Amino acid sequence: MLHGLVNSIDPYFLQILVNIGIGITLALGLNIITGLTGQLSLGHAAFMSVGAFAGAILTLKTGTPFYLNLVLSGLITAAVGALIGWPILRLTGDYLAICTLGFAEIVKVVFLNMDITNKALGLTVPTPQTALPMPVIVLIVAVIMIIASTFIQNSRFGRALKAIRDDEIAAESMGISIARYKVQAFAVSTFMAGVGGCLYAHFLGYINPSDFGFLKSVDMLSMIVLGGLGSIPGAVFGATILSAAPEVLRFMSQYRMLVYGALMVFLMVFRPNGLLGGVNFTDLVLRKLGVKPRGAVRGQEEKY
Amino acid sequence: MALLKLDNATIRFGGLVAVNGVNLEVEKGEIMALIGPNGAGKSTIFNLITGIYPPTEGGISFNGKSIAGLPPHVIAGGGIGRTFQNIRLFNELTVLENVLIGAHTRGRWNLTGALLKLLPPVRREEGRLLELAIHCLTQVDLAHKAYEQACNLPYGEQRRLEIARALAIEPALILLDEPAAGMNPQEKQTLLEMVRKIRSAGVTVFLVEHDMKFVMGLSDRIAVLDYGVKIADGRPEEVRANPAVIEAYLGKGATH
Repeated sequence: MLHGLVNSIDPYFLQILVNIGIGITLALGLNIITGLTGQLSLGHAAFMSVGAFAGAILTLKTGTPFYLNLVLSGLITAAVGALIGWPILRLTGDYLAICTLGFAEIVKVVFLNMDITNKALGLTVPTPQTALPMPVIVLIVAVIMIIASTFIQNSRFGRALKAIRDDEIAAESMGISIARYKVQAFAVSTFMAGVGGCLYAHFLGYINPSDFGFLKSVDMLSMIVLGGLGSIPGAVFGATILSAAPEVLRFMSQYRMLVYGALMVFLMVFRPNGLLGGVNFTDLVLRKLGVKPRGAVRGQEEKY
Repeated sequence: MALLKLDNATIRFGGLVAVNGVNLEVEKGEIMALIGPNGAGKSTIFNLITGIYPPTEGGISFNGKSIAGLPPHVIAGGGIGRTFQNIRLFNELTVLENVLIGAHTRGRWNLTGALLKLLPPVRREEGRLLELAIHCLTQVDLAHKAYEQACNLPYGEQRRLEIARALAIEPALILLDEPAAGMNPQEKQTLLEMVRKIRSAGVTVFLVEHDMKFVMGLSDRIAVLDYGVKIADGRPEEVRANPAVIEAYLGKGATH
């Protein structure tokens, strides 16, 4: 029944919707390491690529069910992420960014030369036969990622990441193991990138190592910078706008990249923290409702 | 047995000997102060104790166990909380979040805990940490500002927030690096009482401070550092009368 419903929707519109869903998954993934932990990664497309090829190869060679496949490709990517992250996350700032950039190029070149990834020809991936139609799966995954990100952000784990972002020396002095948390954050972040890549491969039906170049990494980074680094609504919003923009601006044909570029420049000039950066939605809602924050009230009532 | 013991602790940065063979003991339950002219190596000693720098030579033991060379997060987890001379708060976060991060070592749920946030054991721990954080904020009289952004607090309150954050570790020893710096006399008086209360709650206090009046009125014992060498150690009145101390502060030939 759901299949019928999805089939009745304009496929062009559906395609944009799926792009948005995948964009959200990828942006939220990058947001964990760059927005929350403050470690700039310019090579996230490589992890998307690892997830895409892992998923495609699993489907082609082993025929594992798609849902399992989705989780597995995420886990494989997270394992690669942790392995790479362990040595390179000792670097900070620009050095880390350049290192991730280099890693992404290596992944691309390796995949372009491996038989299992079919070299430069790329892989054709059959559409998975699932009870739920692909677009619905993509949106469900996006929603799960939003929930997981929110949970992470407001937990002991997430607070440790934010502490590392704000001041590493102070974080260490509070008993937070910086190396361990950075690697864990990177693993979570690359897990999401891997899942996003797997969805991408199965929805598009064809992947090529060259699809996951530097521009794809920059795309992901633009999404979270546009929305506001570290903000989950920002990442969702940024992913939505930037995934839809190339299609919405299509009528301008070759001028659309010009407009796109100009948009980014204006944004950075007038709202350098991103569209939703620094906006705390919980606080906004509470204030609108006239509710006092929970902890503050407790502190006043119970006199210690 | 001393709670904290520095045994011939030395650190060299290239040719510069910042701390030179310092022997120091902090007894359980006391308020100990470390004073000395600018650049004497006071903050460096704090950085040695908390593991920011490993000592080049000598040993540091806490609670009878050697902590020299351990990474900072392990030392903090062992029960040493600290504040910083140039305030190091998590500026983007709220006051409450700052203190909750201080309570990091008091919890154990990690990534799995974050994803299973709604399960009772995780929620119980969050509730416990929140209670601890509010308790620490109340101790420094900042509970009413729990939801403000840390960088929006006035200077004196930022210093107090750092103390609350260090207290959230539930430390056996708290290191305060110039807690009264930049405070007015009234704020200093409040701080004095706060530090006394912290001690009577069972936390040993070791502080670095410039303000002589503040140190003399507060400390049980004072050690004096000059050019990385300890030149005196004793009760406030002894230290005040010590000729070497007077020379270090006022120069040779001065009388008091």
